Amino acid sequence: MAEMKFAKSHEWVRPEAGGLATVGISKYAVEALTDLVFMQLPPVGRKVKAGESLGEIESVKAVSDIYAPVSGEIVEVNTVLPNQLETLGADPYGAGWIVRIKPDDPAELAVLLDQTAYDALVKS
Amino acid sequence: MVDFAGWWMPVQYSSIVDEHLATRQAVGMFDVSHMGRLAIEGPAAHGWLESLLTRRVADIAVGQARYTLVTSDEGPNGVTILDDALITREADAADGTPRFAMVVNASNRDRVVAWLRSRLPAAGVAFADRTADTAMIAVQGPLAVSTVCVLCGDDDAGRISGLGNYRATRAFVAGQPAAVSRTGYTGEDGVEVVVAATVAQDVWQAIHDAGAPRGLKPCGLGARDTLRLEAGMPLYGHELVASSDPFAIGLGLAVNLDAAGGGPRQFPGRDALARMKAAQPARVRVGLAFDSKRAAREGSPVVAAGHEVGSVTSGSLAPSLGHAVAMALLDREVAAAGVAVDVLVRDVPQAAKVVPLPFYKRPSPRG
Repeated sequence: MAEMKFAKSHEWVRPEAGGLATVGISKYAVEALTDLVFMQLPPVGRKVKAGESLGEIESVKAVSDIYAPVSGEIVEVNTVLPNQLETLGADPYGAGWIVRIKPDDPAELAVLLDQTAYDALVKS
Repeated sequence: MVDFAGWWMPVQYSSIVDEHLATRQAVGMFDVSHMGRLAIEGPAAHGWLESLLTRRVADIAVGQARYTLVTSDEGPNGVTILDDALITREADAADGTPRFAMVVNASNRDRVVAWLRSRLPAAGVAFADRTADTAMIAVQGPLAVSTVCVLCGDDDAGRISGLGNYRATRAFVAGQPAAVSRTGYTGEDGVEVVVAATVAQDVWQAIHDAGAPRGLKPCGLGARDTLRLEAGMPLYGHELVASSDPFAIGLGLAVNLDAAGGGPRQFPGRDALARMKAAQPARVRVGLAFDSKRAAREGSPVVAAGHEVGSVTSGSLAPSLGHAVAMALLDREVAAAGVAVDVLVRDVPQAAKVVPLPFYKRPSPRG
């Protein structure tokens, strides 16, 4: 499995075989949110730019945007996730995936944080 | 942790939903030391408060607490609501001097203190802000009173258990002198305990240790808000603001225009409030129940038949109910139980229904 990269806004992206990339949010982000109640996912076919909001996740206290870590077209959406929000906490990097993107530009991955850099960010 | 009216406070200790449910099912403990605690005493104190507060004080018994508004007669309407508060008559001093305790919102404390100080007579009333010297811990839920009583001697425990709603006493809790009142902001049975600030941590720990085997959870601001919202209780700055019509928002019980024996009382803004009571308000406070868990927040517009009919004053998921609820000010014509409305939540209409308040009522009357 290819290495995950992280955005400073706590989304992760993992290149998959066949040129697609899977996107989710980090364990740190899920634990910070707690009390998840709602999730708004984008439609398949939507085009996003890196840094643009692709959806929302709502806890009892607040709503947070989920930002696209890379630009591209949304080709798949985890439609069972909004009805099973506990999966985000249980398996944030596996079954808790949020969307799959067809990336416009592989070079965008290079500016994201690797696991070590992200862990350092979270600790600070 | 967040800055709440200048106090560093937790939104949650664990999970807002867990803390909320623990309070409804067992016992939740809240550090509410941020609330303002004011002491008023003196031979003229009783009459002074009677001339100042919207609620009758003249006939308040020792050990009785009443919910009141604090008003001035400033503003274009002839009345400004400075705060909502609890006024408690404590035991008289040894020489018979009447003594009172007032609890006010943290966010309004400075201006309420300034207002009260500006109204003090030349003699006969001593006023002190005790907030910094004391701490207040709310213990709420069906097991709250029994938890606190574990920390008291038999006499004190008996007296605390026997307190009626909105009644107060003094007792030794975990060995410390405390004011204990059967009041709260959750819709559950429970007490609020005031102790010296120097012993606050010890008392907190003692209550925590007594309650842990009963399922006690410490609760932060998040659960405090979801609990009071389910109970339909107003929050100053949301349901109640400076220019509110208290009768339109269901707080008429806090306004006694007349004395117990008849005849008008005199307090700041009394005439303006009498005019409000006699008039039909344009908008009134209602509850809204949503199908989904998606919460409308303060300011969300409420729409019916294609036009705006009001706005949300508070909203959240209601953990005890499993769906979102909100309180709103709605045009009187649509403010009837069962009316269907849409609430614009981040510009997306969410279906809701007008429902009576409170959203949640605790199951059986306190024995």
